Amino acid sequence: MYSDKVMDHFENPRNQGTIEDADGIGEVGNPQCGDIMKIYIKVRNDTIEDVKFQTFGCGAAIASSSMATEMIKGKTVKEAWDLSNKAVAEALEGLPPQKLHCSVLAEEAIHKAINDYRAKNGLETWEETGGHQEHHH
Amino acid sequence: MTEEKRFIYMDNAATTPTRKEVVDAMIPYMSDNFGNPSSLYSIAELSAEAVETARSQVASAIGALPKEIYFTSGGTEADNWAIKGVAFANRDKGNHIITSQVEHHAVLHTTEWLEKQGFEVTYLPVDSYGMVSPGDVRDAITDKTILITIMTANNEIGTIMPIAEIGKIAREKGVLFHTDAVQAAGHIPLDVNEMNIDMLSLSGHKFRGPKGTGALYIGKRVKIDPLMHGGAQERHRRAGTENVPGIVGLGKAIELSAAEMEEESGRISSLRDVLIQKLLEIPKSHLNGHPEIRLPNNVNVVFEYIEGESILLMLNRRGICASTGSACSSKSLDPSHVLMACGLPHETIHGSLRLTLGHDTTEDDIEYVVQNIREVVQKLRNMSPLTPPELRNS
Repeated sequence: MYSDKVMDHFENPRNQGTIEDADGIGEVGNPQCGDIMKIYIKVRNDTIEDVKFQTFGCGAAIASSSMATEMIKGKTVKEAWDLSNKAVAEALEGLPPQKLHCSVLAEEAIHKAINDYRAKNGLETWEETGGHQEHHH
Repeated sequence: MTEEKRFIYMDNAATTPTRKEVVDAMIPYMSDNFGNPSSLYSIAELSAEAVETARSQVASAIGALPKEIYFTSGGTEADNWAIKGVAFANRDKGNHIITSQVEHHAVLHTTEWLEKQGFEVTYLPVDSYGMVSPGDVRDAITDKTILITIMTANNEIGTIMPIAEIGKIAREKGVLFHTDAVQAAGHIPLDVNEMNIDMLSLSGHKFRGPKGTGALYIGKRVKIDPLMHGGAQERHRRAGTENVPGIVGLGKAIELSAAEMEEESGRISSLRDVLIQKLLEIPKSHLNGHPEIRLPNNVNVVFEYIEGESILLMLNRRGICASTGSACSSKSLDPSHVLMACGLPHETIHGSLRLTLGHDTTEDDIEYVVQNIREVVQKLRNMSPLTPPELRNS
């Protein structure tokens, strides 16, 4: 069902854990749905210096978190904001159709973390799309 | 992670490997003795005799008469036939059917379809162990009730239903009683007369017989329409050329299962108890289904804070085949209707794991599975934002 890339990130997740003094934290999903993704970011000079994740969810959710954190690490905040769920899914060499929402979850968690960082620093927050709320189990 | 490469199959409720004696019995009916049982020459007679032998073997295993056994393509067809066949043949008497919320989809999707045809269906609730109450069955019967269909044992949580009591109530009230015994047949003793069962479905591949084989027991007082129309096979009740090798395999498998049942169920239930005990030593884990009145081979445990599909994937990498009631598993995004009917919250259902033991399960397997589940649960809990700090180790 899953690509080798998904299985690799699932079994050997990158950037798993928490950042104690995170500059921004974003959490999406809920336990009823079966997935929760929490992203912690550390920002220096407008760059994502460090990023960690915690995920409760299926293989695709864990792999999407891992891949998304890898893809935004070292990027500017704006570049991280622009990471699309499609890019995450492509980097994972594809996800089954019913699991695409897991990559949406990663995109949204990053958006929430960035807006949390912006709000804490007195910056105007950016508009979130909120795509995950539209998916149904 | 354990480096040793092993393969441990703990999904025997999904299907079982076909046993060698069964395959050996089937082979001649695919090659030399290939005749159509309806034909009138010698090799056809061999086929016809083999089908009748199998009919006796199935009948004997459930206390029925051979003429009361009809072969089908599996448990699903048997369930469909029993329910639709009785519904349409008895429509003049009433249009009400009683079933439970925890039936297999072969039953639930059939009754849901019948609702669209104008039948009324009562879906009885279950208690937290997944057990149907005979009192609820009695209370649900009206003068329009034509059928009660309650499974013998649940496929997900292993709870064994009070079938004999329900059968007694059905008989007293003059209502036909069907039981989906797909998970039970070949594993626990069944007697259609003692239990007042009018129809019973079973499936060959659940007790080491071939896939695509099943049977429906139809008692003498049952008025039922055919599901398959065509030739005169199965005494005009189930058309279609008989799956002779499959039927032979089904007969052989149930005969062997019945003969070995006491010893085998004893051995497997001892292993099951060890497995349950050791898994419940993992903090924040709970057993689903009834603690005692459960199938000898069924273990269904929930691990809080993690998700079932992730557990399955990690176990698969360690050579262990299992199952889950999680919404995120396989092709369905709906969480288990059985665990929901037991009153479990969604987040708990997501962390369920079903391990079903079989003939090949050993003590050694139990050790390996427990050790790997401990590791996998810890690894996933370390990753989950829901896990409380005291349960993390990294």
